[in-house]
Parts: sequence; structure tokens; C-alpha cells
Amino acid sequence: MKFDTPATTNPIDQLKVVGKPTDRIDGPLKTTGKATYAYEWHDVAPNVAYGWVIGSGIAKGRIASMDLEAARKAPGVVAIVTAENAGSLDKGKRNTATLLGGPEIEHYQQAVALVVAETFEQARTAAGLVRIDYTPADGAYDLAAAKDKAEKTKDGDSVVGDFAGAFAAAPVKLDETYTTPDESHAMMEPHATIAAWEGDRLTVWTSNQMIDWMVTDLSATLKMPKDKVRVISPFIGGGFGGKLFLRADALLAALGAREAGRPVKVGLSRPLMMNNTTHRPATIQRVRIGATPDGTITAIAHEGWSGNLPGGSEETATDQTRLLYAGANRLIGNRIATLDLPEGNAMRAPGEASGMMALEVAMDEMAEKLGMDPVEFRIRNDTQTDPADPNRPFSQRQLVQCLRLGAERFGWAKRNPQPGQVRDGRWLVGLGVASAFRNNLLTKSAARVRLDQRGIVTVETDMTDIGTGSYTIIAQTAAEMMGVGLDKVAVRLGDSSFPVSAGSGGQWGANNATAGVYAACVKLREAVAQKLGVNSADARFEDGQVIAGNRKVPLAEAAGADGLSAEDGIEYGDLDKKYQQSTFGAHYVEAAVDAATGEIRVRRMLAVCAAGRILNPKSARSQVIGAMTMGVGAALMEELALDKRTGFFVNHDLAGYEVPVHADIPHQEVIFLDETDPISSPMKAKGVGELGLCGVGAAVANAVHNATGLRVREYPITLDKFLDRLPAMG
Amino acid sequence: MRPFTYERADSPAAAAAAVERRPGAKFIAGGTNLLDLMKLEIETPAHLIDVNGLKLDTVEATPDGGLRIGALVRNTALAADQRVRRDYGVLSRALLAGASGQLRNKATTAGNLLQRTRCPYFYDTNQPCNKRQPGSGCAAIGGYSRPLAVVGSSDACIATHPSDMAVAMRALDATVETVRADGTTRKIPIAEFHRLPGDTPHIETALVPGELITAVTLPKPVGGTHVYRKVRDRASYAFALVSVAAVVQRDGSGRVAVGGVAHKPWRVEAAEGEMPRGAKAVTSGLLADAKPTHDNAFKLTLVERTLASVLAEAKG
Ligand SMILES: Cc1cc2nc3c(=O)[nH]c(=O)nc-3n(C[C@H](O)[C@H](O)[C@H](O)COP(=O)(O)OP(=O)(O)OC[C@H]3O[C@@H](n4cnc5c(N)ncnc54)[C@H](O)[C@@H]3O)c2cc1C
Ligand code: SF4
Repeated sequence: MKFDTPATTNPIDQLKVVGKPTDRIDGPLKTTGKATYAYEWHDVAPNVAYGWVIGSGIAKGRIASMDLEAARKAPGVVAIVTAENAGSLDKGKRNTATLLGGPEIEHYQQAVALVVAETFEQARTAAGLVRIDYTPADGAYDLAAAKDKAEKTKDGDSVVGDFAGAFAAAPVKLDETYTTPDESHAMMEPHATIAAWEGDRLTVWTSNQMIDWMVTDLSATLKMPKDKVRVISPFIGGGFGGKLFLRADALLAALGAREAGRPVKVGLSRPLMMNNTTHRPATIQRVRIGATPDGTITAIAHEGWSGNLPGGSEETATDQTRLLYAGANRLIGNRIATLDLPEGNAMRAPGEASGMMALEVAMDEMAEKLGMDPVEFRIRNDTQTDPADPNRPFSQRQLVQCLRLGAERFGWAKRNPQPGQVRDGRWLVGLGVASAFRNNLLTKSAARVRLDQRGIVTVETDMTDIGTGSYTIIAQTAAEMMGVGLDKVAVRLGDSSFPVSAGSGGQWGANNATAGVYAACVKLREAVAQKLGVNSADARFEDGQVIAGNRKVPLAEAAGADGLSAEDGIEYGDLDKKYQQSTFGAHYVEAAVDAATGEIRVRRMLAVCAAGRILNPKSARSQVIGAMTMGVGAALMEELALDKRTGFFVNHDLAGYEVPVHADIPHQEVIFLDETDPISSPMKAKGVGELGLCGVGAAVANAVHNATGLRVREYPITLDKFLDRLPAMG
Repeated sequence: MRPFTYERADSPAAAAAAVERRPGAKFIAGGTNLLDLMKLEIETPAHLIDVNGLKLDTVEATPDGGLRIGALVRNTALAADQRVRRDYGVLSRALLAGASGQLRNKATTAGNLLQRTRCPYFYDTNQPCNKRQPGSGCAAIGGYSRPLAVVGSSDACIATHPSDMAVAMRALDATVETVRADGTTRKIPIAEFHRLPGDTPHIETALVPGELITAVTLPKPVGGTHVYRKVRDRASYAFALVSVAAVVQRDGSGRVAVGGVAHKPWRVEAAEGEMPRGAKAVTSGLLADAKPTHDNAFKLTLVERTLASVLAEAKG
């Protein structure tokens, strides 16, 4: 189905099932332990051997020698895979560093060997016996030091009007630099894969967000035809972008299984993950804003620097600034430096998550300079069209409504605009606000839908559910389209033998995957109508029946003994060129700062989101509160501590890399505006999973400033960065 | 993890003898620290002697009005003990500020005292670390040292001792009771129990190989207001940036021990005379010889400010 004109009324608009806060249909499987995760496929891959990955002990250089003797002789060892015996390998399109390194080493903990043994313990013990000598080489590890050598990215700068002239002439100006650190996805389930060969066919049971990318890159790396690789990943214990790609677990499990001649299982240990896999790269961001005294922005510039391995991509931290606020003169662009750190890549809301942490603090600082309320300053600079192209409207843009409703619900009027004034016992208390913004990405997505003789509708698509609720919204979509209850719908996901979907990433999963299911259901409805000899436009699908004229036929009967099946997908025209499609919101935070120690504790948070139709308010809310929690982490504690001498992330476990715990997150509220966006898809939906993160960190930072009068422009905002600026102890 | 053998001991002296007999043997109690370190091959004992069955898991009154805490008393049980809560509040609060409920259910009194540093380089076997591998160097010096020591450190090691419980015990003048393989027992004042790193950071306590902790005793209660304040980047389940254990009397005199700053719970009795004069005066004595790194110099200010806040709280 080609979607190239705005949606009109369609069966989804009935909202009998879609739009309801349904419990997740896969919930009972998970709470009873029956959902099978990557490392748990005991039955389908019997006689499995266990692989333990050895990571490089240096960040850059060469392996001088590798002594495998002792390991080979260790009890239970079945095989050892290294670059020497792995055969000729290519590199997947989406991988920057090779997944099996050696002799050349590109980053710390790059996998250099897999030890396969009868048991997990034997594999790990034998791995400890492998002796590797390295010849280290000098590398570049420090973004600040490499910044001057950074280059403009291929997208180039976005230049509108004359920024330099307008900024120079602006009566009120801000020019500040902000930094965000390297961050780890730190999802609950580590990367894990079981691989099994049958002749020249390979099956991997894994944990991956993008099944087709995985199939493509795994087959490319192994130099084998794509249709000989099957990837199965129905349940995923979190990803946040860390599982978008083929990673070492899957490649090495495949190589290990080939070498061992039997299935091999590989999980990455947490200490390995943080340097072996991808991370959100650190940024340095300079923001300049010029305005007239009434708060009208006349000039805005946002430049961002990040680093990556050669060939890696940049963190697009400045991109939202192209679209978020008005201003006639603009200069926006990203620059990239070469760093020999582990590969930087997408983490939840890549670009905007980091970019909004800078831009939205700059807006707060600018409002303060102007003597304006930060909510009003943002509203003053709203734009309903792409600031670079007045002929390109936003498909929907309710930023102002989000800000206003949030201010009302949060009690913003009670905020003391003078910082450092509100005291509650030991605590200095402040309120902060930030806009939320994340683009809506359209990408094609397909599904297969079957109707059987029992009237059961089965949906199959390679879409993934990374804990987000995909199973449930897909079931809701199919139920709505086919006029059945959720109990008559079965959803099967995460298998490369199913039609290729959008996958999970970039908050595009919900809208695109359900739109693909919608398309397949339209086709199935046609098939049903045709079989009954009625015109599908005249047929209503309700209560498990097809109603056409005065005929009422149960779906089960219409399906007949052989059932009916349809496959289709959604494909998009150029509506995203004609219209800018984005999601909007407002984040409000109350934070308290211990006047003595500088410890920061968030007290309450509110997010108001305008993101098209909310397909399931319950799972959408879960997405947003999870994202808000991640935003608190980014603001206050998450940082991969870099050893700039040797080029690795030092705090590589969950004791050293702190993410928020329950005690950090006392009270969260989420409001969704009642919105539909017919430009987006037949579902009229968008995504919320990343919107919920974008801006949170800045709202926390702004609340800390309101509480203390202090600005910290280097995230995370930890007490060591401002302790000496707190008021003296009485 | 290296393969190891395992046995259960049936008496304290037999346990001590069993360790002494087998080079590379270790006791295992709750296992919450030792097993993690074994998985990473930071500890590689060839033999484990399980001490959980030694019946050292009671808290009893001593004749002089104090408490004798068995080495195997779990952190949860100790924190909840009515006598501890009433007379040694700083200890109960310190315990509850540590780790998580699940870990405290397993963690034992002796194991907690003997838990090893959380220096991140100690945890990475690719990195030089004098504590893990004597003579290999110290990767933390000149590296990421934000969590590490500011006082009592050496050119060989700047690690901290991570325990909360031990800081409170230091303020309470606890004594560690042990038995050795030959059956002899001794009492080690907590002040002398943990060592400074010097040039042998791998030797962390006064224990000799095979020496088993049987109990920790607390002298009779000293009264006063008991405060334990742990400063950390997140609200729970994190090691202290710094912590302050204080017992403050009505006249402003008292005791202070500090965690997160040194290779051992840090207390300077001589500095406590300044308590009535306030945090600044105490801190300048307490951290007189501090040698912080660029990354952790903030801890000096933090100790002083936290102590000021604690003293204000104690005053009520
Ligand atoms: C995630 C995490 C977070 C934590 N957070 C904190 C925190 O915030 N604050 C804090 O204080 N602690 C914290 N801890 C540490 C925890 O308190 C210790 O792991 C625990 O107290 C160790 O006790 P155990 O009985 O499990 O010791 P084990 O692991 O069994 O043993 C530790 C050591 O003691 C030796 N040993 C045990 N018993 C005896 C004995 N009777 N005589 C001689 N030697 C003995 C063992 O041989 C071993 O070397 C944390 C731990 C984890 C895993
Ligand atoms: S500070 Fe101590 S524990 Fe840390 S690396 Fe140096 S020697 Fe090892």
C-alpha cells in the first residue's frame, strides 16, 4: 500500500480496540517466565556448547602473539576461534570496526577470540588461560583534544540568512558551550545469541531490534547468501539502540558453531559490553542565540562535535535546532573527529537526546538574560513551518499547547523566577522546564495476516518488541481492522521468515509497523469480501462477522477450511517532504539540591506529549516514564568514565556506571494531548518512546539552576562540579 | 573463574587450620564479594572453606555492657537488632545505607569488613594494579580517580575501602576477635585492623593467613546522637563518595569517622577535640595530610560540608 495522500476516515478511527489502555498481551508470558529470551532456547538447539568472548586488552595497536596452548588443553574445550582460523570475513554495512579483531586492534575489548567449551564455566576458565601480547600504538581518545581537527559532516551546515551579522547586531546574546559524556545503553538483557548450522544454512536465536539488518549484515560478514540465514528474536530484554546491529555475540556464535560442528551459545558479559559494543558518543556543543529585547530570536547557531572510529558516523546533536524555534538567521551543523574509542552509534533518540540537553539549557539561560519566563520565551519563538522553508508546514505541531497545559498542571506559576530562594529544610528547591522534540521517521514495513477456520487472525511480521509493547499494539490494530476481539488475534514477531518490517528504533516502530499491519489487513478484508462475493467497500467487519447489505457471515465461516491469507506493507510517498513531521512535548521537573552536599534529587516530573494518535495509552505511558527516567540518568549520573591515556571506558559495570534506581524517581506523570496526524500514516500515529527522553535532562538542569542559581554546562551534573559554588555553610 | 574445591568447616579452629593447610584457600561467607571477584579472576582461590555453618551468627551482650556480634551475623539482622538500633544507631544506619536489601540478607559482618576496594582498575585484569598484582603498577594514579582516596594513600595505591559498616564500627571503637589455625585467639582494635596501602597495597588487614574472624565486639554504649550520612550520586545502591559517621554528645564533643576517603575507615582522634568548634576545625585536622588527585579534590570540601550538616543535624 502506498501512502501518499493524507489519511481519511478508515476502520482504525472506530477506536474500539486501538487507543485503549490494554494490558500487554505478552505480559503473562513474561511474568511466568515462559517468554523465551535469546540465551534460553534450550530445546531447539540441543547439545549446545558455550562460547566465551575474549576482548582486546589495548585500545589500539596489534596483537604480537597469541598463545592458545594452555586454553586448548583445558578441560572441556571444543574449539577456539580467532581471526586466524575464522576464514575470510567481510564487514557488515552497519558495522564500523570489525567484530572479530586481530592482528590489528581498533578499540578496547574488540573481540579477538572465542573459546568454546562443553560448559560455560569451562569456556570462561579456558579463556583466562589465553595469553596475548600486544604492540600498542598511539591513539586519539580525547574529543576536546581532537576537536580542532574535526571535519564537517557530509550533510553540511544548514545556513539561513546571515547568522554572523544578525548575531553581532542582536541586543541580547548568549554564547555558551555544553558537553555531554559517552553513555552506555545499559539495557537489562546483555547481547546473546545461539547459533546452529544445518549444512550451509545458519539459524541464530538472538536479541536484536532490526531483524533484516541483522540478516543482511550477518550474511555479508560471513560472505553467504542472505536467504541461508535465519534470525529469530521474539523477545528482547531491552535494547535502546544497543541491539540495532549485528554484534560480536552473533558473529562469534556463528563462527564458533561452524568450528565446533554443533550449536554454540554466546552471551556478552557486562564488563565486556561497555567497551565491546556501541555507545552514545560524547558531544561538545556550542549554542549562540541572539534576540531582541521582546524575546524574538533573530539569530541562532548550534554547532556540535563528536568523535568516532574512522568511517563511523557523527552524533547529530544539532539537528533539532533546524526545526524547533523560529529565527531568521541560522547556522547549524555537526562536525566529526576521529577517535580510537569503541564504536559510537545510536542510543535512544540519537542526536536529539544530547542536542536538547544543550539547546534547552541555552533557551533557559537566554530567557533569564531577557528577564522572560522560560515558558513564554519558548512560546514567543514557536513556528508552524520549517524555519528554513516557510512553504513547508509541520503536519502537526502542538508545542505551545504542551507547554501551556504542562505549566498549568505542574503549578509553574508558583515557581520563583529568582533562583536560589526556595528552601525546604536541608534542601534548595527549584522548578525547570524544557521543550521536547523528536522527529517522526517514516520507513516501509510489511506484514502477513492469516484468518483461519476458527476465526483467529494471526499476524506475522519481523517487527520486534524490545519491551515497548509492539505485540499489543499490533494485536490492537489487527483486531480493529478485522472486527474481532484481542482474544481472537495472535501475533508472531521477530523472525526473518516473516515479512520485513520497520523494526524497532528511532521511535518509528509503533507507527510504521502498525501501518504495515493495517495494509495487510486491508488486503485480507478484500480477500474475505471477494470470497463472499461482496464489494469490500460495502463490507463492515464487526463482532467477528462480516456484514454486507443484509448478509452477516461469521469470519470463521468466511475463512473456510483453508483459511485466507494476505501480505502487504506500507510504503510512503513524499508527504514527509511536503510536511515536516515531528513529535512535540514539554517536560517539567522539580528538583531539590542538598544545600550542604550538593546531592541532587528529583522530586516530581511531568511530561506532556503531542505525538499523533496514542495507540495504547498504557504502553505509551510506560515508554514515556522509562524515557524520563533515562533523562534523569543522563542529567545527573550516567557517564562512561574515559581513561584518556589508554582509551577505554573505565567504569564498565553497573556498580561503576550508575543509572537511576527506584529511589531516584519518586513521582512521574504523563499527559498525552488528544491528537491525530493524518499526514503520518493511516494509523495517524507517531512515536513517543524517544520523545519522552528529549529535553528531560535540560529540564532537570534548569530546575537545578532555579534551585541554586548555578549553571553546570558539563553533563552529568554531579556535585563535584558546583560544590565550591554553593553558599557557605552557616 | 578458576576451578576450585570446596568444603564446609565444623569449628572455627578447624576452618582456620583448613585454610592454613591449603595455600590459596579462602573462607567464604555470604559470597557477595568473593564470588564476583572470582568470576573476574581477580581472586583465584583453589579451595573454599564455607564458614556459614560455624554458628557464629548471634548478637550477645558482653559482661562489660557491650555487644558481641558473631562474624556470620547478616547485615540485615545486625541493622535490625533492637540493641544496635537503640544504643549504636550509627551502626544500624550505616548498614542500611549499604548495598541493597538482597545483598544485606547475604552479607556477613566479617565479610563486610573484608570486602575489597571498588577501584575500577582493580576490576579490570588488563590494567596494572599493585593490589591485584603486586609490582605491576597503579593504573588509577593519573587515570580516572574521582572515587578514590584523598588521604593516607601512597605512590603504590590510592584505593578506598568501600564499607559503610566499618566506618561506623571505627567510630564506635569496635574490636575484631579472631582465631588462628593453632587455636590461639586475639583481639584487634578496629583502628589497627585495616592497613594503609604503603608499598604493599595487597596486604589490607592485620590478619595473618588462615586467621578467621569470629566476632566483632562493641564497647558499652557511649550515648549521644548517632548520625550516618552517606553522600552519593544517586539516592540508593551506590558506594559513598564520602560518608560521615558521627556520635555527638550534648556538649558538642564526640567522635567522627569518615568513609570514601582512604584505604581504611578514616578517623583522627586528635581532631575530635575540635568538634565543639565546628566542621572546619575538625576537617583540617582530619584531612591534614590529604593528597587528593585533580579528580577527587572535591572530597575535601565535601567532607567538611557534610560534617557541618551532620553536626547541625545532631544539634537538632
Ligand atoms: C552490587 C553491590 C553493592 C554493594 N554496595 C555496598 C555499599 O554501598 N556499602 C557497603 O558497605 N558494601 C556494599 N557492598 C559490599 C557488601 O557489603 C559486601 O559484599 C559484603 O558485606 C561481603 O560480605 P560476605 O559475607 O558476602 O563476604 P564474602 O564475599 O563471603 O567474603 C568477603 C571476604 O571476606 C573473607 N571472609 C568472610 N568471612 C570471613 C571470616 N569469618 N573470617 C575471615 N575472613 C572471612 C572471605 O574470604 C573474602 O575474602 C556491595 C556489594 C555489591 C555486590
Ligand atoms: S589504586 Fe590501588 S587498587 Fe586501584 S589500580 Fe591502583 S593499586 Fe590497584
